Amino acid sequence: MIVLKPGMRLKSAVSDVQVMVVKGSTDNPVALCCGGVPMIDAADASPEASEGAVEGSALMGKRYTNPEQTIELLCTKGGDGELSIDGEALGFREARELPSSD
Amino acid sequence: MNVSMLLEMAAEAGPDREAIRCGAAALSYGELLQVARSAAAVFRDSGARSVAWTGEASVVTAVAFFGAAFAGLPYVPINYRLTESEMLSLLDRLDAPYVFSDRADFVDGRSSHNPQEFLGQLQHIGSADFDAAMTDPESVAVQLFTSGTTGVPKSAVLRNSHLVSYILGSVEFASAGPEQAVLVSVPPYHIAGISALMSATYSMRRIVLLPAFDAAEWLALAENEKVTHAFLVPTMVTRIVDVLRARGAKTASLPHLSSIAYGGGKMPKQSILDALAMFPDAGFTNAYGLTETSSTISVLGPEDHRAALESSDPVARQRLTSVGKPLPGIQIEIRDAAGKRLQPGESGGIFVRGEQVAGEYVEQGSLLDEDQWFYTRDDGFLDEQGFLFLEGRSDDVIVRGGENISPGEVEQVLEEHPGVIEAAVVGIASEQWGEAVAAAVVPATGETVSEESLQAFVRESLRSSRMPEKIVFVDQLPYNETGKLLRREVKRALSDPDATQPCH
Repeated sequence: MIVLKPGMRLKSAVSDVQVMVVKGSTDNPVALCCGGVPMIDAADASPEASEGAVEGSALMGKRYTNPEQTIELLCTKGGDGELSIDGEALGFREARELPSSD
Repeated sequence: MNVSMLLEMAAEAGPDREAIRCGAAALSYGELLQVARSAAAVFRDSGARSVAWTGEASVVTAVAFFGAAFAGLPYVPINYRLTESEMLSLLDRLDAPYVFSDRADFVDGRSSHNPQEFLGQLQHIGSADFDAAMTDPESVAVQLFTSGTTGVPKSAVLRNSHLVSYILGSVEFASAGPEQAVLVSVPPYHIAGISALMSATYSMRRIVLLPAFDAAEWLALAENEKVTHAFLVPTMVTRIVDVLRARGAKTASLPHLSSIAYGGGKMPKQSILDALAMFPDAGFTNAYGLTETSSTISVLGPEDHRAALESSDPVARQRLTSVGKPLPGIQIEIRDAAGKRLQPGESGGIFVRGEQVAGEYVEQGSLLDEDQWFYTRDDGFLDEQGFLFLEGRSDDVIVRGGENISPGEVEQVLEEHPGVIEAAVVGIASEQWGEAVAAAVVPATGETVSEESLQAFVRESLRSSRMPEKIVFVDQLPYNETGKLLRREVKRALSDPDATQPCH
């Protein structure tokens, strides 16, 4: 369980996936997983690759949110493994249609 | 998150795609990432504590910008048109700058680095070990000297967190296809030049640089490079339309150009109407923002332009002169002098709040209030639908006999007159009122308008105190190279007792 704070970077323990926290979990600790395994601090050493395939994937550049949209993560490196919080799969937000202003 | 991560992500997603081109020089995202990391190593090893760019834009501008970000140093682009002594006085205010300069004999025997030679050296260094994660999100990414039209230039501070908030809030990662290219012709020391670098990199839209704006060259480059997007300051839009007209064109033949964004100064209504007619297939976006807000905070998008143009309702048509609605994540409030929040239609000071709003200066520290609101020093109002209208800088307000008059209010009415293209309203000294309203007007070609008829026209819609007591006719208004009206010069011309004669 971890309190997600904006700017925090985490990486998957089972693949190359990395995320950055855009909107945090305020003060509530949550279980953030990739491929069902808790994600770890991006600065920590990666654990040995585990056996067996993981389900789903995370796409670079997509913004993932929980159903209540209270937490938002930006995937900064794509890879295998579905992102989930407290056992609930995260979906990604549709692209915003903002005109290019610069 | 910090600015250098934007580049890391783009390089990961498409290392071989072209990132930036200037003439024959070009870099892919992969190459840009590699040389930016090498540049960071050079900056670090030199002991520099800031990176100053004093030249024109080139592909090396992007290397210096992202290199500074990897090294965690402030990037400080400075106006290359400044005189040597002006440049020196700004450099003296920086902390141990690593200086880039195009000038062979750079000022006063100081050490400086030629951008092209620098790039050549980097390509020999090989890759350096710089991870974007090492840069603190709260470190200063950019320090920008404001144009100083009202005195000694102040330096605005933008931290990585502000710039990244702006990009994440307004740009979708890798959303541009490989066929897209943005033509960047604003100078590197303008916030729009910096935000263009970041937006284009994060969306993976190829940048085509035009270092010194010229309307004919802009048109040629747009055609040859199959440019799809462009940002222009209003004076550039006007010049492009003029060149096309001089060639006898009714509409521009740039089939790839789908999006034209403009901002950085006031766009006269007639100029945007002309531009819309000249580029019927392009979507126009008016962007309003400040250096202190990490660039754009509100946009009037292509749909808004179309709706205003096609409407018969005068209120809706007027939105062509609006700067649109706030970006997601941005809040805007209009307040009176006492700080009271005003209702739609009421004019006052424009306040803004959001994660991209820095509102900080080296000299004064943070100017955000306790609730994180920043006073833009622009005046304006929101209409019933939430569209924002600008009425000028609060410093330009005319105080006539104790009554505050916004120049924008009078300019808008003058520009409604069919014989007027553009107007600039300023206060001039008056024995009776302290300040009096005066105007410089650019008449439409072939039209003869008199001072009296314009005065009568203003009185039809505004109180008599708003009527310009003096009007001079000029061929053009004075703008600086980034499209800002030089009100001081207008004021000087109108304060001259001999300036009563029409000068065209």
